[in-house]
Amino acid sequence: MTVDVSQFHQVFFEESLEHLANMESALLQLEGGGNDPEVVNVIFRGAHSIKGGGATFGFQAVAEFTHLVETLLERIRSGKTAISPEIIAVLLESVDALRDMIGALQTGADGDATRNAALQRQLAEVLAGAGETSPHASNEARAAPPTACPVDAGWRIQFRPHRHFFRTGNDPYRILRELSALGRLEVRADISTLPPLLEMDPEECYLAWELVLQGHIARAEIDEIFAWVEGDCDLSIDPLATPNQPASAMTTAEVRHSDDKPASQVAERRAGQERRQAEGESIRVSIEKIDTIINMVGELVITQSMLSQVGAAVHGLNDAAMECLRDGLAQLERNTRELQEGVMRIRMLPISFAFSRFPRLVHDLSSKLGKKVELKLSGEQTELDKTVMEKIGDPLVHLVRNALDHGIEAPDVRRAQGKPEVGEIHLDAYHQGGNIVIEVSDDGAGLNRERIVAKARERGLLPADGEIDEERIIDLIFDPGFSTAETVSDVSGRGVGMDVVRRNIRDLGGNVEVTSESGRGSRFTIRLPLTLAILDGQLVRVGNQVYITPLVSIVESLQVRRERVNVVAGRAEVYRLRDEYIPIMDLRKVFGINGAVSNLAESLLVVVEGDGKKVGLVVDDLLGQQQVVIKSLESNFKPVQGISGATILGDGMVALILDAGQLVNTACGNSAYAGSLSGKATVAA
Amino acid sequence: MGTLNAMHNDIGLGVAVNADQYLTFMLAGEEYGVDILRVQEIKGWDKVTPLPNTPEYVRGVMNLRGTIVPIIDLRMRFNMEQIAYGPTTVVIVLKVEGEGRDRIMGIVVDAVSDVYAVPTEELRPSPDFGGNVHVEFVRGLATVDEKMVIILNIDKLLNADDLEATSRPE
Repeated sequence: MTVDVSQFHQVFFEESLEHLANMESALLQLEGGGNDPEVVNVIFRGAHSIKGGGATFGFQAVAEFTHLVETLLERIRSGKTAISPEIIAVLLESVDALRDMIGALQTGADGDATRNAALQRQLAEVLAGAGETSPHASNEARAAPPTACPVDAGWRIQFRPHRHFFRTGNDPYRILRELSALGRLEVRADISTLPPLLEMDPEECYLAWELVLQGHIARAEIDEIFAWVEGDCDLSIDPLATPNQPASAMTTAEVRHSDDKPASQVAERRAGQERRQAEGESIRVSIEKIDTIINMVGELVITQSMLSQVGAAVHGLNDAAMECLRDGLAQLERNTRELQEGVMRIRMLPISFAFSRFPRLVHDLSSKLGKKVELKLSGEQTELDKTVMEKIGDPLVHLVRNALDHGIEAPDVRRAQGKPEVGEIHLDAYHQGGNIVIEVSDDGAGLNRERIVAKARERGLLPADGEIDEERIIDLIFDPGFSTAETVSDVSGRGVGMDVVRRNIRDLGGNVEVTSESGRGSRFTIRLPLTLAILDGQLVRVGNQVYITPLVSIVESLQVRRERVNVVAGRAEVYRLRDEYIPIMDLRKVFGINGAVSNLAESLLVVVEGDGKKVGLVVDDLLGQQQVVIKSLESNFKPVQGISGATILGDGMVALILDAGQLVNTACGNSAYAGSLSGKATVAA
Repeated sequence: MGTLNAMHNDIGLGVAVNADQYLTFMLAGEEYGVDILRVQEIKGWDKVTPLPNTPEYVRGVMNLRGTIVPIIDLRMRFNMEQIAYGPTTVVIVLKVEGEGRDRIMGIVVDAVSDVYAVPTEELRPSPDFGGNVHVEFVRGLATVDEKMVIILNIDKLLNADDLEATSRPE
């Protein structure tokens, strides 16, 4: 039977990358001075899984490379090789190399063969070096290529699968078949534990085998065959006595020594597996399936609120029946709400997925820049939506790089200022209201106001003289193309900078704030919605229509005062709000809503901000605030100017969500806003 | 072949061997048909939420069990005289196949009529109708019980890009 294994490749890639991430963070933990055997085990298990998977799917290069890594780890684990910074460096590099190899396999590109070969040589050197100091040269047999150190006569193998063997997807017959390919195989089955036919559970494995494998075979070749089942069987592999080989005594002794290991390894590994299961079992489910459930639950919520309204309006039932109905409805409401929250949580992942790359990043960068930095993470278990997580990674990387490059000073500078040599960068995450807040702070130099102002003047972003308020200075660092790094390093200062960070965060419906104190450090506070599927909205009435304005984009709402409305060039209206003039848009006209032209004096002005600019939207009424589930218009139609999506209100009607950014651009790009937006598509695009 | 037999089949709706089934509806006194396999459901006219900055024949969007579905008025689409929506006015919800993705859209018609099986070979190519109906929207003409039924190509008719391009003449 042939199975197309390529369908599993993607899963292997994903899992391998996860393993590599775990290995990396564990390595960094070791570097921090920890010597927890469990941490070494984590690294070992990762390498082992990648090796096994690589071999299974025929990615020989990955398997062979990981084998070397695993061998080295095995030595560390057994205490034969001491952990040294050099070894950790080699292992970290190996993790990178493996990640590249997997990336190359994923895209079908060629990996960097020379680098891998060099690393492989380095690993072998480390292994060889360690081998000399080790009294147990026997392990070399496992590390060496499969053809080395074979035993002439052959092996006696006792193979006793555990009862649950079949459930792990393993097939003893496959193992026997592969063994027989190595040499002459004698098989004796042990049927002593076989129960009577009636009591037999066909899914359990009752058989055990005693095998004699004759031929010139390396131990490693046999190990490889059993590699996947080690945790699921009792296994002993002994060399056959070879009377015609006088030197055999030594070989046997050596090999027997290494035989002690698998037994303890098996036990350890089993313990490891149990621990892993306890840590949190998970299954992979496609986002599409989850979204379907979220949709259905959204519908359920609407049905439930409809029933509640009906329930409240029902008359003519007797008291007992009414009581029953009300109780039932109340329970339905509670359950629906819990169900909705539960479903929303499925898409949530702890932010540690996004944080996990930073220890490595800080480690590499700080040594490159010759700075001493300690990264402190907190709130890694704070959960947020997967889609938000994917998009926040890059802005965070940028902020952390900046903190390292511009924020933290060199050790001698810090010492001179009476600060500890080792700088600190904090990454904190926590929930606040319906938002997640991520803070990136450092205890470095803080923003250099003079330099920012000087640079801004040089670039013509500021007038040559005059007082500049604090807020404006901080705002400057988010200006496109603004970078104060004195030298353009490959760390930061390439000119694409904070403006991109701010735009990315705004695209996610969030905002970023900065506080900074000279000599004490800066703090970037990012506020993001927990999920992109839900939006906090302000319901506004325009004519007979209800629209939703995202709460994050609303600056303020106010009653229109006629005397503050000015007309520019006879058409465009602007509103004087304290000391600034903002363009106003009458949504009735813009959206072509029928009904009397609104009387400005009785209208309300909702000031929204998008892309750093403000516009006042004229609406008839503010209704309420509510969380709405965002639905796409594009899935069945096409994008509509000024509208970012739609949602379904409690009464089942569709309400459109305003796109503040597009509206602002339309208003600012073309203040002659009267009529339809459609002719101005290019302005907003 | 059995086609002839099937044409006058006594069982049920008269399913012919080589025939497609069409749901027909009335629009300004004429009978139009759409492939029945594309019909998701038929529902009465209900209030919709108007979409700004779209052609007038896009009446708005409707909530169909959690999905936002755009609704097209076919009379307006064909530049026919408008009438007030009445008790027989229905929305036929269709699956429209486009480039790489399927869309769900609804069309507003005067009334639903019947379901016919029309053998593929009995579909006549349509002559040029002149101004009102674009030939490209018509898959063919069929004659059922001495009546003419215009079979529509809904993929062409309801292609959203096309909607954009052929917006209401002003």
